[in-house]
Amino acid sequence: MNFLTDRKRAQGTGASGKGTEHHWHMMINSSLLVVLVPLFVLTFGFGLGGTHEEVLAYFGKPFPAIISALTLIVGVIHIKNEAQDAIEDYMHGVAEKLTYIAAGAVCYTIIAVGLFALIKLAL
Amino acid sequence: MVEFALPKNSRIMTGKTWPKPEGATNVRKFQIYRWNPDDGKNPQVDTYFLDMDKCGPMVLDALIKIKNEIDPTLTFRRSCREGICGSCAMNIDGINTLACIYGLDEIKGDVKIYPLPHMPVVKDLIPDLTHFYAQHASIMPWLETKTNRPAKEWRQSIEDRKKLDGLYECVMCASCSTSCPSYWWNGDKYLGPAALLHAYRWIIDSRDEATGERLDELEDPFKLYRCHTIMNCAKTCPKGLNPAKAIAEIKKMLVERHV
Repeated sequence: MNFLTDRKRAQGTGASGKGTEHHWHMMINSSLLVVLVPLFVLTFGFGLGGTHEEVLAYFGKPFPAIISALTLIVGVIHIKNEAQDAIEDYMHGVAEKLTYIAAGAVCYTIIAVGLFALIKLAL
Repeated sequence: MVEFALPKNSRIMTGKTWPKPEGATNVRKFQIYRWNPDDGKNPQVDTYFLDMDKCGPMVLDALIKIKNEIDPTLTFRRSCREGICGSCAMNIDGINTLACIYGLDEIKGDVKIYPLPHMPVVKDLIPDLTHFYAQHASIMPWLETKTNRPAKEWRQSIEDRKKLDGLYECVMCASCSTSCPSYWWNGDKYLGPAALLHAYRWIIDSRDEATGERLDELEDPFKLYRCHTIMNCAKTCPKGLNPAKAIAEIKKMLVERHV
């Protein structure tokens, strides 16, 4: 048991001076997703129902490919940031850090695989 | 790691049922959380019955009647009886509020009374607010000035004074902080809605000259940014204040300073 004063316990190690950038990025990502998600749903919807060749040709066009790529990148980064919040909320210590690293690795892998697939479709 | 189940020694058991008042026709059932640190037993919920024809209209009236006439060991804080001191904050019918200004007529069915959630209990309905008060002290709830003290007084325009409305009325009852899930999980580091509302009250005060330092002290993923705008604080505040808005204003100021 530590004999700390109540004030020292409340003060902790002080403020880290961080958090605002994360908050601001979440706001930017959210705003972008408000525009990107409907565009993605529309462009993806137009691509549905065609033959294999027609779909390949459709996603080879710049607009559907770029919208899909942007939605993928912004959406997954948004999920990563949300996951960071949830991990900080509910986990502590080493488990928190390991889960945070794992979540980041999964998210960046999803982006890489998604972009690779889109580029392969486009080229 | 967050724990979703209570430890064994905190599980609530069924307690004593006290006899109904004789000859009463308008009887109401009260179920009240009891815990005594000295007897080594688990917490329990005791059942009391009151003759509502001989009881005041507020929950605190009922508690005082139970303590005076049925069970003198029932322990709770109370003082002003008019929503000013914030002492009698407790969880009534699932809502954190002040017993003195919460009417019994607002509750349907049995009256269930528990201490403020997720706080260490001192005894019965009394939570340990030591850390909560220390967090309040940590935001420096006083006027910080660097300019030499004026001969008469620190002046403030009517418009600037109006900015403090909706903030200065907070009585530090802890209803908001103890209704906040973020405060439940991370109350050791997250300052909670009450302390942050007070922080904003001093940040926005036109006479205060430590705005930058105050914002520096709050810029932290845990102290401030654990607020996820759940809004339980605004919903439960017995004084009708909106701590979530105050927190959003602090975030806005930090973003404006940052970008």
